[in-house]
Amino acid sequence: MDKFRSFLAMGGYAVYVWPAFLVAALVMAGQVATTLRALRRREAALAELEARGPRRAPK
Amino acid sequence: MHRFANPGRFLRLTAKLLPWTVAASILLLAVGLVWGLVFAPPDYQQGESVRIIYVHVPAAWMALFVYTIVAAASASALIWRHPLGDLVARAASPLGCGFTFIALVSGSLWGKPMWGAWWVWDARLTSMLILFFLYLGHMALLGAFDDAERGNKAAAILAIVGFINVPIIKFSVDWWNTLHQGESIFRLGGPTIDPSILIPLMIMALGFTFFFVSLLILRVRSEFLAAKLRGAAAALGR
Repeated sequence: MDKFRSFLAMGGYAVYVWPAFLVAALVMAGQVATTLRALRRREAALAELEARGPRRAPK
Repeated sequence: MHRFANPGRFLRLTAKLLPWTVAASILLLAVGLVWGLVFAPPDYQQGESVRIIYVHVPAAWMALFVYTIVAAASASALIWRHPLGDLVARAASPLGCGFTFIALVSGSLWGKPMWGAWWVWDARLTSMLILFFLYLGHMALLGAFDDAERGNKAAAILAIVGFINVPIIKFSVDWWNTLHQGESIFRLGGPTIDPSILIPLMIMALGFTFFFVSLLILRVRSEFLAAKLRGAAAALGR
């Protein structure tokens, strides 16, 4: 337990080390989320278009 | 739509690669994080604050690497009209912007305890901030026109001209007297960082690279679909 607490304390630099990792994690998670959301939205829009109109687009 | 006939092969090939790049990214980031945060030693001068290196340096490398890709893709689109060029530039730019942001923020969080300041206008930091604005400008231009082709062209010119900033960032620590430390890894005579820090750092850098490649694959596919949708909308006269 003490070992874990000292790990969290980061030798007194906790307020600098953890936010640095947190910001990286948040930005990268956000990138994954926005990428997947846009991809799904566009796939759905295209599927709808192809189901509706005459087939003009290849594939 | 004929212009996008080509990317089909690229999309098929990268779809096969995707599970491997995702797995490599997760594995490398997990190993790198545990190694860097737990097993790597603290620095004899900087103490535990040195662990910020495991996000700061990979993010900064990616910021430059991704910009290079955006500029190269823009050049291939503008000069050779390669159909993938615009798609790759569109797909990569927001990712590079994110990495630049991580590098700036983590650098600031490292600068405060080590230099006593969140920010200084030294050549490395200033040129990195300019890179951030170049990314923002690139993304703004991409969305600034009703005609996506015009947006692609304007953004491509900015990306190519802005590439001059990449070597400036790289060599800023040699050309100017910066508070930021000099190159300690890719230098003549070998790295000056001890392997106990260098190895987990390289693992993290590889993890970031595979993370970027995975998202790039998905985003190029996404931009391909978006272009297709724009084409369909134009054909329907909307």
